[in-house]
Amino acid sequence: MSDAIITAENISKRYWLGHQASQGDGIRHLLETVLRNPAHWFQARREKRRRETEEFWALKDISFQIKAGDVVGIIGRNGAGKSTLLKILSRITEPTTGRIEIEGRVASLLEVGTGFHGDLSGRENIFLNGAILGMTKAEIKKKFDEIVAFSEIEKFLDTPVKRYSSGMFVRLAFAVAAHLEPEILIVDEVLAVGDAAFQKKCLGKMDEVARGGRTVLFVSHNMAVMRQLCNAGLLLDQGRVLQAGTIGEVVDSYLTVGVHTEGHWQRPQPMPDQPGIYFETVRILNQQGEPAGHLDCTDSFTVEIIARATETFNRGQIALRITNKENIIVLTSGHNDAAGKCLPVTPGRHRFRVTIPGNFLAPDIYYLQIAAQVPQVKLFDIIENTLSFCVEDTGSLRTIFHDERAGVIQPVLAWADEAGSEGKS
Amino acid sequence: MAQRLIIEAGRTERQYWRDLWRYRELFVFLAWRDLLIRYKQTAVGVAWALFRPLLTMFALLVVMKVGKLNTGGVPAALMLFAGILPWQFFSTALSESGLSLVNNSNLISKVYFPRLVVPASSVITSFVDFLIAAVFAALLLVWYRFLPPLNILCLPFFLLLTFGASFGAGLWIAALMVKYRDFRFIVPFVVQFGLYAAPVLYLTSGIPEKWRLFYSLNPVVGIIDGFRWCILGGQHVIYWPGFGASVVGVTLLVWSGLWYFRKMERTFADMI
Repeated sequence: MSDAIITAENISKRYWLGHQASQGDGIRHLLETVLRNPAHWFQARREKRRRETEEFWALKDISFQIKAGDVVGIIGRNGAGKSTLLKILSRITEPTTGRIEIEGRVASLLEVGTGFHGDLSGRENIFLNGAILGMTKAEIKKKFDEIVAFSEIEKFLDTPVKRYSSGMFVRLAFAVAAHLEPEILIVDEVLAVGDAAFQKKCLGKMDEVARGGRTVLFVSHNMAVMRQLCNAGLLLDQGRVLQAGTIGEVVDSYLTVGVHTEGHWQRPQPMPDQPGIYFETVRILNQQGEPAGHLDCTDSFTVEIIARATETFNRGQIALRITNKENIIVLTSGHNDAAGKCLPVTPGRHRFRVTIPGNFLAPDIYYLQIAAQVPQVKLFDIIENTLSFCVEDTGSLRTIFHDERAGVIQPVLAWADEAGSEGKS
Repeated sequence: MAQRLIIEAGRTERQYWRDLWRYRELFVFLAWRDLLIRYKQTAVGVAWALFRPLLTMFALLVVMKVGKLNTGGVPAALMLFAGILPWQFFSTALSESGLSLVNNSNLISKVYFPRLVVPASSVITSFVDFLIAAVFAALLLVWYRFLPPLNILCLPFFLLLTFGASFGAGLWIAALMVKYRDFRFIVPFVVQFGLYAAPVLYLTSGIPEKWRLFYSLNPVVGIIDGFRWCILGGQHVIYWPGFGASVVGVTLLVWSGLWYFRKMERTFADMI
């Protein structure tokens, strides 16, 4: 017998897409089309049905093994199939093909507070939710005090939960879930709720569970938490396993996945004929010099711009602007900034490179805007709204200290602390 | 105690019956929850379990008096209540369990448990209402100084039949409702119309002989007849061919309901 606690072979899951009726349905429309041209209507209907039942493979031939005691981080972008995989493992939905063997009791926590009922009191909800998550009444009774203490809602135990603040609700819900004791625990992004202090407590609890020798499957978009909690990783992309290995390896490859979708731009049509400076390609390169759409917040990265000038422009400039999700301009920079004067752009192909330091941008999604221009005179070429990149939280100050660190940039500054130096000038 | 679980396309339900047993506590909890919330924030609370059959009875009593309908030699209130009792149980259980899956869709899509637990616990909730109404029925018998015949010993059997009928039909509707929400509108109509299609207001003895067996294909007919026979006796005799049809019908309903429910169950989470 191997030490694998979960063995999955060739798991696939198919969904049928687009069952929604399209616009223009309805009796009047139907009568109209049928009367006008019955043959055409019949053909259109067949066509529509075919369109309506387009298949979509959320998972395609996934095979993997999970060892007992592993804490596995499942990583992937939205739509990679993470949630589907968790749903199949927790038996909520059936795989279309494949086979999974699981040795032991599984409990899954795909949502905080599933089955909570607003009209019931906190006490009643603890029992109900516990039962829904698979605990027996005896188990819940045994853990009841612990759950209440963890949730910090002693005073409101007999208040209907619909009168709870959302923070209290989440605390109670997580407290129940945290006291599950199955051999295998499946957790979907549930730590993204609650205030920072409670999140820290939850993380502590998760860590405790992990160290208790239980097998945990965990989904989160927070890479720092993943690195902290997990020892193994599974990287999914478009319904396939891209990589399985240690969490470090998997997080690293996740950060370089999706290169060609976001951190890369290429001129779609041939260069214009008019004189000017035009871009050929723009790439974002991570610290290792590989193209990447996802960047480690502690690493520097480089924007590489290939441009071609048709003739000499004495006052030509290549400029870059970084905007965050909220449309706040984080910075603007020109290729001639350091020189402090205009630099001529000579005819031919140029490769501009600019490096943005690590520990500088706060973890977030950013948009890159690049322009070729003669400032205030003529705009030759501009790339807008097509280049984006994500600075990933892999251990930023915000995560280390669990605080709500405001600010679009997050540099690590050198502080001095000269104790007992009062009176000195 | 490590147990092995095998998930396989099309065969996830291997451990189904064992799971059903393991989740028996959830079944109790769901029924308990439904009972707790059923009358929350109502002024008279659980008394509604009493008012509903009572109000139905008064309304029908008026119809009976006006229409001078046959009561089979017992006070009209008794004759009506003996019919309303099983009918109300059946119709509430049917609509509640029919809606149960859709109402618990958040559970269905986020947690695993044998889905059969949900409609089953709804039937239990309606049964509690039935019990409360049954206490009232007993009081009514005392009021009219009416001593039920020995037949009353057979009442548990007819109760079981009612359980079966509402559970079987509820399974069908619950499973269908997941895909076709049309049943949300169909069920209230069926229940409303059913009150007249079932022999609540009249006696089956009034049905022409040649139609009677056909009429008895409705399993509720045999059930209500049985209730009257148990509680009232006297002129309220059982029409045996109809009774047989009821038993067969209910068995079929439960069996086919289970079959259809289990067949559809694996797709509930994807469709709900």
